[in-house]
Amino acid sequence: MKRLFAVVFTSLTCTSVVADEAVNIYSFRQPFLIQPILDKFTAQTGIKTNVVFSKKGLIERVKREGKHSRADLVLTSNFSSLIQLEELALTQPINSKQVASNIPAEFRDPQGDWVALTKRVRNVYSSKMRTGELKSLTYEALADAKFKGKICTRSGKHPYNLGLVASMIAHHGEAYTKTWLQGVKENLARKPQGNDRAQVKSVKEGLCDLALGNSYYFGKMLTDDKQKAWAESVHINFPNQTNRGSHLNVSGVVMTKYAKNPDNALKLIEFMTGDEAQNMYASVNMEYPVKPGVKLSPLVASWGSFKEDKLPLSEIAKYRPVALKLIDEVKFDL
Amino acid sequence: MSRWHVAAWSIGVCLSTPLAFLIFESLQGDSEVFAHLWNTVLWDYVSNTVLLIAGVLVLSCIIALPLGWLAAYCNFPGRRFFEWALMLPLAMPTYIIAYIYTDLLDYAGPIQIKLRDWFGWQSPNDYWFFDIRTLSGAAVMIALVLYPYLYLIFKTALREQSFKLIQASQLMGLSPMQSFFKVSLPMARGAVVAALALISMETMADFATVHYFAVSTLTTAVYDTWLGYYSLTAAAKISGIMLLFLFVSLALERLSRKNSVVHERQASQNDETLYQLTGKRAFLATSYCVLVLFFAFVLPVAVLLGYAFDYYEQAWNSEFFLYAWQSLKIAIWVSVAAVLLSLLVVFHQRIGTHTSKYLPGKFASTGYALPGTVLAIAVLLPLTLLDNKINEWFSETSFEPGLLLSGSIFAMIFAYVVRFYAIAHGAVEASYVRISPSLDMASQSMGKNRMQTLSLVHFPMLRRGILTAALLVFIECMKELPAALLLRPFNYETLATHVFQYVSDEQLELASISALLIVIVGLVPLYIVNRSMEQHSQ
Repeated sequence: MKRLFAVVFTSLTCTSVVADEAVNIYSFRQPFLIQPILDKFTAQTGIKTNVVFSKKGLIERVKREGKHSRADLVLTSNFSSLIQLEELALTQPINSKQVASNIPAEFRDPQGDWVALTKRVRNVYSSKMRTGELKSLTYEALADAKFKGKICTRSGKHPYNLGLVASMIAHHGEAYTKTWLQGVKENLARKPQGNDRAQVKSVKEGLCDLALGNSYYFGKMLTDDKQKAWAESVHINFPNQTNRGSHLNVSGVVMTKYAKNPDNALKLIEFMTGDEAQNMYASVNMEYPVKPGVKLSPLVASWGSFKEDKLPLSEIAKYRPVALKLIDEVKFDL
Repeated sequence: MSRWHVAAWSIGVCLSTPLAFLIFESLQGDSEVFAHLWNTVLWDYVSNTVLLIAGVLVLSCIIALPLGWLAAYCNFPGRRFFEWALMLPLAMPTYIIAYIYTDLLDYAGPIQIKLRDWFGWQSPNDYWFFDIRTLSGAAVMIALVLYPYLYLIFKTALREQSFKLIQASQLMGLSPMQSFFKVSLPMARGAVVAALALISMETMADFATVHYFAVSTLTTAVYDTWLGYYSLTAAAKISGIMLLFLFVSLALERLSRKNSVVHERQASQNDETLYQLTGKRAFLATSYCVLVLFFAFVLPVAVLLGYAFDYYEQAWNSEFFLYAWQSLKIAIWVSVAAVLLSLLVVFHQRIGTHTSKYLPGKFASTGYALPGTVLAIAVLLPLTLLDNKINEWFSETSFEPGLLLSGSIFAMIFAYVVRFYAIAHGAVEASYVRISPSLDMASQSMGKNRMQTLSLVHFPMLRRGILTAALLVFIECMKELPAALLLRPFNYETLATHVFQYVSDEQLELASISALLIVIVGLVPLYIVNRSMEQHSQ
């Protein structure tokens, strides 16, 4: 009986079984951002890549699928997801000398369960016309009364902002951060909304003078016909250069615990941390590569070098739940 | 216990399993996160949700009731065109219309920029302009795409009312306006409430629009707790609150139907009309239709066309036909399944004698109020469990089935059926109650069994209801997004998921062609159903 079923099912599903030489990816990042890199990988190795993209719920999906999950890799757009995957024991160590030599230790999990692929800075954009460049700006100063009604940001609960708030807690503690959040909320020109680009657009239109936003958006906007004017109306500032450095977030990758194609998955991770892919991340997506020595895009390089906040991401991630609580307590988004 | 009984209950149980798993999940403890929300933002979310639903309902009534009445009873220039054209906005996904209007009306959008140019205003303090990204803005957007539900159902209900009653009311000295409020509307109350229940559930389940408009509702809370606090348990608890809303609206619907007049189907009066509008009145009627159609459909489509034209090279994708085919395939599967299942359940309701006969339908409808991603997870819970069991069962053989259910398009189809069953059920039920029970008796006395009664007597008379049900489900499937995103197999792209890739990055321009295709593919069945209804009535 079981045999019979087995035969029937095999014949039914053989078309849907993913080809042998492949690697299966759950991706939080939009396909159009990663496809060029995946295509290059396929061209070089002959290994096919299969992707499911979603902004939400993929971690739950891997978790529920358990040992039958077909996903070999999960690509994330922020460090919280990397660490959540690790905490849920959905990952396995990435054992590769090549990856270890490509990526500095601070951008790898101490246990080897995740690797960062790109860095992005949480910048503050300022209006060229009304504010000028703010070389000595700090995140702390965003709560100063002098910026009342002048700041625009996306939702406080977005992973990029949550990461920043968590890093504030890591540096200053919960009580200080809550007061700081209240101060920033007081200074908002409008209720948090839109994405990072939309904030810069609002600065251009005079709704606010300062906007929080990730670094690569600036580069992306400067290369888009319509959005170029928005980006040209602002300076990109790297906060806290006079003390601890600017807050970083990373995009990264994990190998799933039950990966069915671990060898191919490892090859892809090695490829993604290698010169070629890192170069593409830098030139096409305007991100900061994590591999030392990889050239920045000329545009990104023109923003100058900057000091990074060196607090380990795993340390910051600990405060993420508290950060979310504080944001709810001060009703930041409401 | 008859076969019908077994069938209806199996459907009810099957379609409510995801929810049952979610409820089970919510009982797992972890009250800390829930308590924190309770003490901070939960009440803001609840009041926003209530206000949003109320806003959408009021606006839908304002838009749809006059339109329904005009289309059913009045003759004015363009009536035949508007009668079906006014359903077009159904094919427009809310997240697209929201995006387009925000882009137009935002502070940084072209309209306000033009105004500032003209009048020399410098900053937002110099003038007042309504803020689109607010609760009321969201209500307007949602009402613009959901009003056709009310319009369609109300129009049909009016058509089936007897003209004689209205003529009688006028003989007794009532003006057309008075007879609308005193005769037509009260008689169509059941249909109106049913439509409003659908609209309120759709509104409650919406996430994309409210998120885009930065309005925090209960859906926001569900996502925050699950993805932010990592607590599916607390998220499930909040979904529980949303279910309360659902049950209240279902109960209200039932209550309003209880006393409503049924079984008075008439010969169709499609081409007869009660009022011939001329002059100023005809102008007003036509203008109102034009206005609604313009804002709900023509303008957004024009903007999309503009985007498609400007960004043609970046927006063109050779895989479109594949995406469209995959969208279409799923939509067809789901509409056929939802209609067949609802027919079985409603037929069981028809022949049952015990009051519990309504329960299977109620159970099966519970998926409707759940936001897409939550529903997707709720579907994954039982399916992955079942997959694991199947794999265990086969473990002695060399065959490893893998994720047969949760890893294939079955998961998507099942999720959509769970989500949209309620729509099919509503439409089929509404058309069933108008068939007089005396026909069943006649059929029985002629020696026909139940299957024959269903297929020979009911089915032909239900044609209109079935078509409407299939159409509504089909269009919803074309637009549905969050469940598709999360549940799809590898490399499986539908039009909606392709659009989302770009919308999530606020670059709808680059997906404008896919967005247009969603609308166009949705128009095809709209046209077919309309044609077939017209032929049917002639």
